[in-house]
Amino acid sequence: MNKAIVTLDDATFDEHVKTAEVPVLVDFWAEWCGPCKMIAPVLEEIASEQAGKLQIAKLNIDENLDVTRRFDVMSIPTLILFKDGEPRVRLIGAKPKGQLIQELSNYL
Amino acid sequence: MTAHAKVLIAGSGPAGLTAAVYTARAQLAPVVVEGEPSSTSDQPGGQLMLTTEIENFPGFPDGILGPELMTAMRSQAARFGADIVTARVTKVRLDTNPFAVWTGDPGATEPTYGAESLIIATGAQSLMLGVPGEDELLGYGVSTCATCDGFFFRGQHIAVVGGGDSAIEEALFLTRFASKVTVVHRRDRLRASRIMQDRAFANPGIDFLFTHQVTAVLGDGKVTGIRLRQSATGEVQELPVTGLFVSIGHRPSTDVFRGHVELDDQGYVVTRNGTATSVDGVFACGDVQDQTYRQAITAAGSGCMAAIDAERWLEARGS
Repeated sequence: MNKAIVTLDDATFDEHVKTAEVPVLVDFWAEWCGPCKMIAPVLEEIASEQAGKLQIAKLNIDENLDVTRRFDVMSIPTLILFKDGEPRVRLIGAKPKGQLIQELSNYL
Repeated sequence: MTAHAKVLIAGSGPAGLTAAVYTARAQLAPVVVEGEPSSTSDQPGGQLMLTTEIENFPGFPDGILGPELMTAMRSQAARFGADIVTARVTKVRLDTNPFAVWTGDPGATEPTYGAESLIIATGAQSLMLGVPGEDELLGYGVSTCATCDGFFFRGQHIAVVGGGDSAIEEALFLTRFASKVTVVHRRDRLRASRIMQDRAFANPGIDFLFTHQVTAVLGDGKVTGIRLRQSATGEVQELPVTGLFVSIGHRPSTDVFRGHVELDDQGYVVTRNGTATSVDGVFACGDVQDQTYRQAITAAGSGCMAAIDAERWLEARGS
């Protein structure tokens, strides 16, 4: 996997999104979710292209129910953009790259 | 810059990828415009990306997962040199050959591809109910993907709307998580195949509300129920559920081809003499032209037909 992408879990999540220097786009995903697999390469591309402006993080919902419940994730993939520890943009469902970039454009 | 293609295939379900395997093996170097990520059937790999176990695709006696089958078909097409592009066809012009095909910005002056022949295999996309609350609560209890979202409804009462094979497959799958699954169907019987019906009726986790239509999804921020109307009496009731899985069928994904190739009144591409369409050199296969069978295996079969038809057509015109 792309080195620019970090993996978060229930233990590391809060600290990471609060202290990150750039907005963090968290991908709530699971192994058994087809559309999650479809957007994984798209997120890798975005991670490379937006390096220094945006960080991509992955959170496996199967293993991290605490964070998943706290943000009321009920559908995957869900992407939530955190800035200064606060959720700012929430994108539900797999979407084409162009649309993702557009919806995140205020933070890029 | 417009790239040249001998064969351009739009779509990457069983029809498009089978056409890709055949045309690639015929040394036609097909370009497959596979589609873009989404959480409905309108995505690379098509409807099977949202299914679980496929038990009726010959050659897999123990069944195979839909996404696995599609990944395998994609690798098989790539192995023989198909150029698979993650994009969607946004505009076509089919009145001159090479056919002009745009992906990305449809306003671009130059088309993305000039294609000598075109195989339309864009399949079908899921229909939504179009009732109040559905859009607002999508992702907050309303789902188009049971395999993605079933997990979140552990121990809860949920509803599946629809009566076909996909609805029943979803209902059966969801009993792994939900305490109860209510299948809501507007007719008085299911349209699903006999084996799926038998399984559903035998499953104690599933109950049925026939002759009922969903008229609204209820909830503020999260689904708390659905409103139902009894088709004959008009009687209205509310069913307290925390999730609603919509599986009421599909419509052909042909918007981009409308006005360029003959469609029937339901929007399906009209084919004759195998997979030929109203435009010479344009072929169609799979669910985009099939109202009757709509199976993975028939889609794959017609994909093979389209590949052979395109190959012969190219040969005949000396390309």
